[in-house]
Amino acid sequence: MRVYLTAVRLSLRRFLAYRSSAAAGVFTNTMFGCIRAFVLIALWKQKPEINGWDLSDAVTYAFATQALISPMGIFLTTTELGPRIRNGDVAVDLYRPVDFQAWWFALDLGRALGAGVLRSVPPVLFGLLLFPVSLPLSPLRWAEFAVCCAIGYTVCFALRYAASLISFWTMDERGITAIISTAAMFCSGLIIPLTIMPGLLGTIVGHTPWAAAVQIPINVLLGTQSGGFGYAVAFGSLWALALLAAGRLLTFVARRKVVVQGG
Amino acid sequence: MAELSSRIGRAADRPLSGPAAYLLFVRMWSKSASQYRVSLLLTGFAQMLTTSLDLVALIVIYTQVQTLAGFTLPETLYLYGTTRLAFGASDLLASGVETLANTIRLGNFDLMLIRPAGSLAQALADQFTPKRFGKLVAPLATLGWALTTLSVQWTVLKALVCIGTVVCGFVIYCTLWVLTGCISFIAVDAQEMANTFTYGSEFATEYPLQIFGRPLGLALTFVLPVAFVTWQPSLYVLGHADPLGLPGFLRFASPVVAAIMSGLAALAWRVCVRHYRSTGS
Repeated sequence: MRVYLTAVRLSLRRFLAYRSSAAAGVFTNTMFGCIRAFVLIALWKQKPEINGWDLSDAVTYAFATQALISPMGIFLTTTELGPRIRNGDVAVDLYRPVDFQAWWFALDLGRALGAGVLRSVPPVLFGLLLFPVSLPLSPLRWAEFAVCCAIGYTVCFALRYAASLISFWTMDERGITAIISTAAMFCSGLIIPLTIMPGLLGTIVGHTPWAAAVQIPINVLLGTQSGGFGYAVAFGSLWALALLAAGRLLTFVARRKVVVQGG
Repeated sequence: MAELSSRIGRAADRPLSGPAAYLLFVRMWSKSASQYRVSLLLTGFAQMLTTSLDLVALIVIYTQVQTLAGFTLPETLYLYGTTRLAFGASDLLASGVETLANTIRLGNFDLMLIRPAGSLAQALADQFTPKRFGKLVAPLATLGWALTTLSVQWTVLKALVCIGTVVCGFVIYCTLWVLTGCISFIAVDAQEMANTFTYGSEFATEYPLQIFGRPLGLALTFVLPVAFVTWQPSLYVLGHADPLGLPGFLRFASPVVAAIMSGLAALAWRVCVRHYRSTGS
């Protein structure tokens, strides 16, 4: 266990070293938060309540999503493992006397924590200052939110890990992962909240694993999740377990069947 | 590559002209990208999917309301189509500057300066990939859709303004790529900030400008003049009054803005290259 904690710590430290890059990222995340907020404000001005959300819920959502993008790694197409498989460096990783999946989980967790520290708070603070963002005061709500974020993060990692492994077979994972990240952007509710998606589209998108990444944690924070905290945990955990298991299975098969590229 | 070096070799005593160099590098990078054929097709498809899903998002918004800030769905689709078409074309031509920060950090910009071809042409063509054509599909289809459903009394002038919208928008976005590329000369790890001005303005201009309120709307007209990409000329084509109450001649000002921005971008690039000091170690 200690080796994984050390990996988390060192990965976190590495990520924290890129502070000016994080500052540029925060600026961009905040500006995109503003644009999204303005679009949603225009919509909610026309229709003051949509599926249980009022204007302030929608604006809070716009900035909270910007806070979650980096830690969840929605825009990251794979873990850092993908390119290492493509260029053959993975051979070194396979030598390490650690569980392969847990090792990459630890490294990615360090990245996510670093992103959370450096990039998550400023967009929401900016929203609080200039927009009708309202956050709950109840500590219980925040604790539930934290649990949902942890589960959502696990889902995101498990999915990206499994996607990275694809390059063991296809030599190049970039095509598949580009499609996955496009789907991730839409299905997580980054472009528009899942709350306003109508009928069948809403049902389908609401059941993809990405729903657990952004929309459900924020629903729990706002207190608008149908089925409440219990549903949020059950839904996310099921996806997390299924995807982690898929990742393990792929790892198992890859270790036995596949020849590592290199040279 | 052999072909490239022989072309450059032949022209060693007289540098390639900008466009010729650009096309040469585009061909070279396309060849490189098509080595991974399946990935190229899939990433091209992903690019198509990205713009299509943004379109779906727009349509979803209109399932909740009839008009957004006074604009009907076909009208907003017109804004989306012209914006995304102009942006997609500029992305195709100029988004190579996105890798400039990396090029500079690795010291490879020195190589670009040594070659007998303009540095801007090389920077724009850097890592060119045909996948970017995928971004044009949804905007083209949408613009076609919008043009057939809009109830606009078409005149010759309106048609010209419509075509001009896409052309001037394309030029303005290209200048934004170059200007934001210049950020890399000043702060090498500020690439993400550039996204605000490129992808951010793409996202912002597909909606009616008035949703941003008066102060920001004015800033997007006179400071970062992306209002001239789609918004101002479209007010004329769609026959809308300007909610910000700006004078009518601005609706035809896009070519002037595009020319001024081009001048600024060219100047900024020259200044940056002149002050470039290479990387350390």
